[in-house]
Amino acid sequence: MNVEELPGLTLDQAHQRLAAREISSVELTQACLERIGQVEDRVKSFITVTRDIALEQARRADQRIASGDCQPLTGVPVQIKDIISTKGVPTTCGSRMLENYRPVYNATAAEKLFQQGAVMLGKGNMDEFAMGSSTENSAFFPTHNPWDLSRVPGGSSGGAAASVAASETIYALGSDTGGSVRQPASLCGVVGLKPTYGLVSRYGLVAFASSLDQIGVLAKDVTDCALVLSAITGHDPRDATSLVQEPKDYRLAPSENPSSSPLGKRGLQGGIRLGVPEEYFVDGMELGVRDAVNAAIQTLEGLGASVEPVSLPTTKYALACYYIIAPSECSANLSRYDGVKFGYSFQDTSNMWEAMEKTRQFGFGPEVKRRIMLGTYALSAGYYDAYYLKAQQVRTLIRQDFAKIFQQVDALVTPTSPVAAFPLGDKIEDPVQMYLIDVCTLPINIAGLPSISIPCGFSEGLPVGMQLIGPHLSEETLLRVAHAYEQATQWHEARPVL
Amino acid sequence: MPLDRNDVEHIATLARIGLTQEELERFQEQLSHILEQFQILNEVDTTGVSATGHAAGIGEEVEGSGVMREDVSGDSATPEDVLSNAPRREGEFFRVKAVLEE
Repeated sequence: MNVEELPGLTLDQAHQRLAAREISSVELTQACLERIGQVEDRVKSFITVTRDIALEQARRADQRIASGDCQPLTGVPVQIKDIISTKGVPTTCGSRMLENYRPVYNATAAEKLFQQGAVMLGKGNMDEFAMGSSTENSAFFPTHNPWDLSRVPGGSSGGAAASVAASETIYALGSDTGGSVRQPASLCGVVGLKPTYGLVSRYGLVAFASSLDQIGVLAKDVTDCALVLSAITGHDPRDATSLVQEPKDYRLAPSENPSSSPLGKRGLQGGIRLGVPEEYFVDGMELGVRDAVNAAIQTLEGLGASVEPVSLPTTKYALACYYIIAPSECSANLSRYDGVKFGYSFQDTSNMWEAMEKTRQFGFGPEVKRRIMLGTYALSAGYYDAYYLKAQQVRTLIRQDFAKIFQQVDALVTPTSPVAAFPLGDKIEDPVQMYLIDVCTLPINIAGLPSISIPCGFSEGLPVGMQLIGPHLSEETLLRVAHAYEQATQWHEARPVL
Repeated sequence: MPLDRNDVEHIATLARIGLTQEELERFQEQLSHILEQFQILNEVDTTGVSATGHAAGIGEEVEGSGVMREDVSGDSATPEDVLSNAPRREGEFFRVKAVLEE
């Protein structure tokens, strides 16, 4: 295998070669850094490239492998979204506010990667504080979709999705508050997994909307998602919302007993009931997206799934519900940026209030200010019941809708995004149009459910993603269905030419 | 229910965000438009429906959620760590503008 082909490996392939000593971690890491050097001026998926750290971690991983310890992530390069705290390494959240901020601790998810010997290539570009669906809200620069550089990669984890699609990294960690892992995965033709709320610790994930935020994985295939998920789950006493769950192995079982593993089974024998909620095939949906998802549903049927139409009548309220709850929580969480303890600080005044207002005026970009304003209004005296309380009650109804449907079916199949990648600049001036992009993904965060987006075709040359949604803690089922689909198709193997 | 100029100025004061005249105008229009979209929730009868504040439902629905723990002390950041990102410091303190004016 040529060195230039190494960055295109999946995590599992890279691990097999490292374990067999066919390649070293330093070689693999250098190949990724080389690839970054070749394409990054066009893709712009990294806010920071941590070259020296990566090479040092790769050297240590090689020593570890030489001593016989090669875990699934050992020595394999990863990009980490710039909202996940990394000790001593700038963690900007795509914001001027945190341009020079260096965390003094690692996020638990990052720490778990490092304990396994992962190699950090750098920090991924994103919409400021994860607010956006195109990565155009990054305070530094937009990321470009590797399939068409004039189009957005989706967001907010657009850097993560683009870096995986462009083979700059083997896989990436992102975060998903309303679709921020799945939607960019869909637009860039990679796999994106958002676990059940609370399954992965949020300690060190800079807070946006605490009842919705969840760390997720962006990778080249389903097996890789299972590998990374196995590494980052587990109860964390430092996150009060972390579920008390024993760490679980989501990987393919050893070959001697494939039937015991969710990923080991061939096809979908044993039966799985899939529901197709009509409400997710929205008006204004791109025709090529509809066709690709419908074809994928037929493929799943051919693999042995039973498919039935279902209805989730509260779906049409999810967008409004989300855009009250998320900005409300954001307005509270982002009140910490006052120019006193860390971050950008306006100094050119003797007045405390003016200093605070100017700090936030110059430190935050337009979308962040818009959401803080929206949330502040929804929580303010006289409006709390009409907006915030009402939205939380509707949230209960949305959760109940899902709970009811999951007594009938094992999982749901929907498009991940109603449209494929759109041109840069197309929607940035119209917040409501941008919010509508997440219409298929945000109900899942409202209910705290797991879901995965997998490549299922193309619409006019641009990748389309199919979303699988399951009840709480149904990751194994989702991975099994996604893996069976992936085994039967080649969409996930398609790579853009750069 | 469109917002008027005073509403937007009031929200900005509550949120402690300084805004230019141009931003005030733009937010007045955009926030009004977004709030209009929220009216759809008035269609929903929520009489007697409890509010959900947490995605997984505390102590219900999802096994292992909403747990209590013992109140014990543990490792914490050092003062030097805490102050390492301070825009202005003085010894072991954050330095701030005068809170009370003369």
